[in-house]
Amino acid sequence: MNKSYYGKLIFEQSKPGRTGYALPHREADTHTLDELPESLRRQNKAQLPEVDEPTTVRHYTNMSNNNFGVDTGFYPLGSCTMKYNPKINEEMAALPQFSRLHPQQDAEFVQGALALYYDVQSILSQIAGLSEFTLNPFAGAHGELTGLMVIRAYHMKNGQHQRTKIIVPDSAHGTNPASAAVCGLHIVEVKSKPDGTIDVEDLKPLLDDEVAGMMMTNPNTLGIFEHEIPEISRLVHECGGLMYYDGANLNPMLGICRPGDMGFDVMHINLHKTFSTPHGGGGPGSGPVGVRRGLEEFLPNPRVVKTAEGRYTLEHSDKALGSVSTFLGNFAIIVRAYAYLLSLGKEHLEMAGKLSVLNANYIKERLKDYYKLPIGGLCKHEFVFDGLKDEYAGEHGSPQHVSTLDVAKRLLDYGFHAPTIYFPLLFHEAMMIEPTETESKETLDAFIETMKKIAQEAKEQPELLHTAPHQTPIRRPDDVRAVKDANFTYKDLTASK
Amino acid sequence: MRYFPHTAEDIQEMLKVIGVNSLDELYAEVPEELKCKADLQIPSARSELEIRQIVERLAAQNKVLIPFAGGGAYDHYTPSVIPYIASRSEFLTSYTPYQPEISQGTLQYIFEYQSLMAELTGMEVSNASMYDGATATAEAMMMCVAHAKKRNRVLISETFNPAVLRVVQTYAKYHGVDLVVVPAKDGATDFEAIHRLLEADTVAGVIVPQPNYYGIVEDFTGYAETCHAHKALFVVNAIASTLGVLRTPGEWGADIACGDAQSLGLPLNFGGPYIGYLCTRKSLVRKMPGRLVGATTDAEGNRCFVLTLQAREQHIRREKATSNICTAQGIMCLYVAIYLTLMGEKGLREVNQQSYSAAHQLHDALLQTGCFEEVYPDKPYFNEFVLRYVGAGDLLAMRHAMGECGFLAGIPVEGSADEVLFAATEQRTPEEITEFVRLVAEISAQGKH
Repeated sequence: MNKSYYGKLIFEQSKPGRTGYALPHREADTHTLDELPESLRRQNKAQLPEVDEPTTVRHYTNMSNNNFGVDTGFYPLGSCTMKYNPKINEEMAALPQFSRLHPQQDAEFVQGALALYYDVQSILSQIAGLSEFTLNPFAGAHGELTGLMVIRAYHMKNGQHQRTKIIVPDSAHGTNPASAAVCGLHIVEVKSKPDGTIDVEDLKPLLDDEVAGMMMTNPNTLGIFEHEIPEISRLVHECGGLMYYDGANLNPMLGICRPGDMGFDVMHINLHKTFSTPHGGGGPGSGPVGVRRGLEEFLPNPRVVKTAEGRYTLEHSDKALGSVSTFLGNFAIIVRAYAYLLSLGKEHLEMAGKLSVLNANYIKERLKDYYKLPIGGLCKHEFVFDGLKDEYAGEHGSPQHVSTLDVAKRLLDYGFHAPTIYFPLLFHEAMMIEPTETESKETLDAFIETMKKIAQEAKEQPELLHTAPHQTPIRRPDDVRAVKDANFTYKDLTASK
Repeated sequence: MRYFPHTAEDIQEMLKVIGVNSLDELYAEVPEELKCKADLQIPSARSELEIRQIVERLAAQNKVLIPFAGGGAYDHYTPSVIPYIASRSEFLTSYTPYQPEISQGTLQYIFEYQSLMAELTGMEVSNASMYDGATATAEAMMMCVAHAKKRNRVLISETFNPAVLRVVQTYAKYHGVDLVVVPAKDGATDFEAIHRLLEADTVAGVIVPQPNYYGIVEDFTGYAETCHAHKALFVVNAIASTLGVLRTPGEWGADIACGDAQSLGLPLNFGGPYIGYLCTRKSLVRKMPGRLVGATTDAEGNRCFVLTLQAREQHIRREKATSNICTAQGIMCLYVAIYLTLMGEKGLREVNQQSYSAAHQLHDALLQTGCFEEVYPDKPYFNEFVLRYVGAGDLLAMRHAMGECGFLAGIPVEGSADEVLFAATEQRTPEEITEFVRLVAEISAQGKH
């Protein structure tokens, strides 16, 4: 794409005198900006592009053609739950009585919006097996932080200020420890057993009166169900800690096994994973946080509550952990999730999880002769390969060796997104695959055949994989140069020319 | 179920390959006592037609008021090109651009967004966005502390929107930051008080808003020099659209610029999604939270874009990270990039001029009704301002009556019973302003004894 006219930046299509806007003509303004003291006004004119509307539309349309999305093809992207994003959801979120609503309108004029928000809170509480939810957090990591704040607020209220230790499994996503650190907590890692589940014996000595809680996903990052969860919950509760459920892997458990029933006290849900809202190239997401009975008071302000008369209102409480958002979170994302929850309903909730598990196991079984499967047996919605089998990958360290990165890049040539690679950190050549329930058997079969073909290619023409991809808009980028010769803006680019 | 492609036959074939007899058997290792037996109190599955009816019915229970208010959410016009382009599924349904070879669309618009925001704020570098203005400010606070290493005190002006302040205070409380709210003086930041607190050489950063909660355009002359003399970072939180004409954080000598960019063409959406921005100097880029896109070349030497300096980020640094942000506002960057592209310098200036003029006309006309008094008569304001309500009845009753008439009559100033914050944008027509003022006067006169 960079070889063509359309590879230009918008700045490179600017020409003095072009305009892309039209504003209403106003009679001579009685007040003009030059009333403001000179010292308060911008000194140097902003160097923004000057572009007409057709050029702008063509520019961004062509850029979109260099992008891959769920509507384009299959994302076997572990831990990301890249399911289909229903179109009705988009239309509902764009309704003008939502999109034009000012967040400072009094509750009496926004009863519909608050009712929707409240309904989503209630439905999520049922699905999670918890008491109440807040939808204010903006993303999964933001939900984690909020949830950990709930845990700290709870211990502080009980005078247990020394409880600042958070236990996380060694397979946890990097966000878990980072959220804990931002929340002023310290991380203690608990080891996994060879079967990928938490080593309860390793956990026991970590439990003392400094433990604030334990963060887990279940199924874990390897797609394995932590069947000892009742025992783990019991031990953590016994020492006075709370159990935190990272909802990243909630999808396979929908309607089958609820975090609340597993003994979790606090959790977040990623609406952009489990409840089908679009990822948007990395946002905006939504990370609702739920708590079990007894912890509701700590949820952040403002809260949406229902009065005895059946009206909806906003509540601020001094007992709350504080606020994590100015208003009520990413409302338009919540509208989308609501439409999806109505589509699934009671009847199809379970099936979403079951089909995601079916799809994952199917791929795993059909590819395990080609790719190393470190942990066998049934997986849930995802599983991890530790790279190609040696007979295909070649000897580690040899110039012929084909890595997980090479396989991932070659997949792009065949029209598939790559799996999540080099995570979890437990395996050197990790390749984490999560198909989701909205992928057909035909799509999975095509992916499987491609993965086999790539294994053959690795054996026969490793160079083809080392230099992959070949068919994409660009070839492999030079990441080192991006750091050494740092250009973060158009201005940097013109300066370095 | 229309989102599930599996036929009964597909399921049987797949189960056979896996070697189990039923879908339930896929959950064999889940202890029986953990399996959900509750009858979930959730709605039954609905057809698309019913969903439309249900959600439209809820939407109809809202009354969209014509906003004469801001308070962190400004009713600027969204050109139709923006939602049209942003709804392209190649953008909307894509994941974070971890595979740059098939994500150049996302990466390029983020690079353009960064370039535009750096230019608008007068800073050297912008990240790929944050959740919203409040969390961006909290991140700026944590960045100050991370930069200072041994200092954990940060000063913040009381002239911040209290709703933003509460978020920053919440982060401070849990992150162990000693956040000192410096009381306002006559509606503006008290520079003398800040100066005194800086003298102790224990302050990591100073954070101020522009325009502030009261709509006042503050004068930050001397702030940067004073902060730097005491080795503190200077942080300006500015309403993004106003930077088309107001002195930029860069021009004030700020080290970090942050805030909300909702004002750059994002719909009100009942409070979200909006977009936080965070810009800084190149020398501080390694302390900057969030994603960052850089330009490089591919194996054939062609220019392309990648996520870069990822070693700063949470998924690499884990518990050593000073931010846990693991995403950006993605598609909202595209909104901002297209908005600034279409408007250009001139369009943005015109939007600001019209908003400024509309607000000042509104201000003068409201005063003329005799139902309002000035609160900060000597301070310059932009497109938002505070007045004291002295009409009949209380302020809440007046606002309620105006709501019934279809108008959002300002936002009550927190901590005051009679002060109210009004705002106007280019979308408020002269006719609307006239009608609004006429109605306010009428309602405020009713029952006056």
